[in-house]
Amino acid sequence: MDILYSIFVDPFMQMGSAPDLLVQTLWEGFVGGILYALIALGFVLIFKASGVFNFAQGIMVVFAALTLVGLYEKGVPAFLALAITIGVMFVLAYAIERVVLRPLVNQPDIILFMATFGLTYLLIGLGEAIFGGNPKVMIAEQLYLPKGAIDLKILGGVVTLQKIDIAAAIIALVMIGALSLFFQYTRIGRALRAVADSHKAALSVGISLNQIWVIVWFIAGVVALITGIMWGARSDVSFALQVVALKALPVLILGGFTSVPGAIVGGLIIGIGEKIGEFYWGPLVGGATESWLAYCIALVFLMFRPQGLFGERIIERI
Amino acid sequence: MFYREAGQFKTSYAADMAIFPILQDRIGLAVILAIAFIAIPLFGSNFLIQTVMIPFLVFALAAIGLNILTGYTGLISLGSGAFMGVGAYACYKLTTIFPGVNIIVWILASGFFAAAIGVVFGLPSLRIKGFYLTVATLAAQFFLQWSFVRIPWLYNYNASGAIEVPQRLLAGIPVTGANATPVTRYLVLLSIVILLTWIASNLVHGRIGRSWMAVRDMDIAAELMGIRLLPAKLLSFAVSSFYCGVAGACMMFLWYGGGEANDAFNINQSFTILFMVIIGGLGSIIGSYFGAAFISILPTALKFGLPAMGIALSGPVAEHLNYIILGVLILFFLIVEPHGLARLWQVGKQKLRVWPFPY
Amino acid sequence: MNETMVQSQPVVASASAPEKLLTVENVTLSFGGVRALSDVSFDIRKSEIRAIIGPNGAGKTSMLNCINGFYHPQAGRITFKGKMRQRMRPYDAALQGIARTFQNVALFKGMTTLDNILTGRTLKMHRSFFWHLFRHGPAMNEEIEHRKYCEEIIDFLEIEHIRKTPVGRLPYGLQKRVELGRALAMQPDLLLLDEPMAGMNLEEKEDMCRFILDVNRQFGTTIALIEHDMGVVMDISDRVVVLEYGHKIADGSPDEVKADQRVIDAYLGVSH
Repeated sequence: MDILYSIFVDPFMQMGSAPDLLVQTLWEGFVGGILYALIALGFVLIFKASGVFNFAQGIMVVFAALTLVGLYEKGVPAFLALAITIGVMFVLAYAIERVVLRPLVNQPDIILFMATFGLTYLLIGLGEAIFGGNPKVMIAEQLYLPKGAIDLKILGGVVTLQKIDIAAAIIALVMIGALSLFFQYTRIGRALRAVADSHKAALSVGISLNQIWVIVWFIAGVVALITGIMWGARSDVSFALQVVALKALPVLILGGFTSVPGAIVGGLIIGIGEKIGEFYWGPLVGGATESWLAYCIALVFLMFRPQGLFGERIIERI
Repeated sequence: MFYREAGQFKTSYAADMAIFPILQDRIGLAVILAIAFIAIPLFGSNFLIQTVMIPFLVFALAAIGLNILTGYTGLISLGSGAFMGVGAYACYKLTTIFPGVNIIVWILASGFFAAAIGVVFGLPSLRIKGFYLTVATLAAQFFLQWSFVRIPWLYNYNASGAIEVPQRLLAGIPVTGANATPVTRYLVLLSIVILLTWIASNLVHGRIGRSWMAVRDMDIAAELMGIRLLPAKLLSFAVSSFYCGVAGACMMFLWYGGGEANDAFNINQSFTILFMVIIGGLGSIIGSYFGAAFISILPTALKFGLPAMGIALSGPVAEHLNYIILGVLILFFLIVEPHGLARLWQVGKQKLRVWPFPY
Repeated sequence: MNETMVQSQPVVASASAPEKLLTVENVTLSFGGVRALSDVSFDIRKSEIRAIIGPNGAGKTSMLNCINGFYHPQAGRITFKGKMRQRMRPYDAALQGIARTFQNVALFKGMTTLDNILTGRTLKMHRSFFWHLFRHGPAMNEEIEHRKYCEEIIDFLEIEHIRKTPVGRLPYGLQKRVELGRALAMQPDLLLLDEPMAGMNLEEKEDMCRFILDVNRQFGTTIALIEHDMGVVMDISDRVVVLEYGHKIADGSPDEVKADQRVIDAYLGVSH
């Protein structure tokens, strides 16, 4: 009975007795979720436009952040470094399209998926070889990102909000809004949606696949850079981030591979779910549940809704 | 010229269905086995055996395991590292609880524990497919890895939190532990690997293998042919995890001689094995060997080969280079030959068969 | 045709009172708001060739999918060999003796022709996993015995030369033939063929017709086929059912159907 009590009753008692802690946990989960959502967003963009499940998105985040910090450490002014990094992401997108995607057109999905594994290793090796493998500190101040914290006195306690987290949330929302507008109302956006639907059909009406792919990978690269800055500002920049970036996978599962709103909602569910789970139930099993809880949440969810939250119902045809 | 099957007629279906129908192949296999069992133990240095051959064999076994799941059944797994861990810990517990029983029995038995855990994590494959399933296997990877660290019973409450391999004898000769010579460990490992390779090859060439490949190629049609999907997939998970489990037990007991889960059975190990399978060739047993040879020997070759050629390398640089080369090679092989080294091998053989004519 | 094959599947003597193998009664199937089939009823007699025709999107493939348990109709009954069934899986249909081919070839592309056809024997193979570990003794004997049967099918379909070619590399016409072989390997009581002649040239069509008729006559296998080539349908089928927009609009012998005004309207179009 004790065990049942500590699973089903006690955590809720704690939530009730210390609502400020609950709010704090929710907020932390929210911010973590936003960052997961940003990585997932990069995945979704690429998956929609090229049908490639880009495993390297997580590493692109690290690579972008590392390039930015590495350039700054070599004496390049912060904003110039930012511009150069954007340029690097463009070159990367172009190179990927040229060297990887183009020769692999029409191969089965799994081959392309595997190719992004190769890309992952290449980027890890390159990043470490050029900038060194030590964790670095993000140049948040130099980029005029806010620092410090706001203490909110609510619910009979104090909830601490880091300003950088608030900034991250705002930037993420602005970026998602801008991307949706871009997709909906520009010529390139329309072409992107056409390519997402069918490569062949898009080609036949004169859309250049190669051009679209470069654009999409570049956008994903910029999203990766922004994610990298935000994430780097919260912890530090190192390749340890790649394990965290894997959590974008359960996020995608929840949201469906092709849905931008799905990526956001999925990110928030995973972020909040794993923080709450760790804080209230984690101690029961010895803690550090964050390493696997996200996957199990996604797994349980999948058993009931295999197509994800926003995915369309799969009707199998033969 | 030397590789011609002209004059070798098959007069029965049994002869036609043999795994090596061509005489030259059978001779080649015999030569390789002779080298592996006789020449290497006799003439190979400890360095060759400990740093090259033993890792190669362990990884080959794990790669065969993953190839059964990914290459033959078409289910991508990112949890093979964790299943190797299950085998290692099972073997460790078994041999500490029943020290009297022969260690080789326990190494093989540990595979069954891995198989059972594999089936549990394979259950979602009924409802979910493709990339979605990789998440289920990632759940296995991270959950199991966490369990290895959090459940001290598994490592007998050692203060180090690691497996400490005890000494076990086989016919009076130490097989595991600090006193076992590399040659003994190598021979034990080689025997296990050969036995399991033979069994894997039997499985994939018969009804079981056909049902796996049918599920991989077109699951709906497979069901209409009378193949039950869930049992076929679960069997594949079980067999695959069995192989990974035995490979994990071999890794701890015959190679590392002790170690800790977060080092030995982490997500990177899962990736490494997946790469071996891809580069070697999906759906090919011999490909698993090629892939394992390639990827397990590459770092060693870089680390020791380049300095020998007069190019000085610091440890970290070698590691970065290793990553870069690995990444480039994966891309290269996928672009040039998506079916991996095994296909190149086949093409080569075909060319030899018709040489000097192009076809 | 070879003797062993005939023995293993004796020809059913055509009884004077035609025996019904499969009955479809008032089947209705919809996806969301779209009605694929509404209130369709027909039957298939033992040892006949039954054609299902109709314009594109008439629900022909959906009908086959219902028969072999891939779709589950919302209303109506399907009775096979006198047994009514509820929500069965495709596996159960295979077990009861229903085999089929597909509109878009659904072969196992990575496997050889021989392996594909051997897969059709799965339900007839009973040796356990244990024996397969060794690939000797009983498991091997069983493999060889079924290999013999498959070789006869390969003979029959004249595809000996591509026995060991992965089917992914074969041209379309041959793939269709291999698919028929795979279905035949199941020794089915009812064979469903979904557009077996789509995309073939005249010669290939003639070959395929010959195979279908041979299968029907020599093994007494009941065949239901969907086909767009009216010449073929009228030539080889005993009875024809016509679907349009999920409704049955005609049912009868080829001549009756040809004369039916609603069928003519459906195919030629009519001003409303």
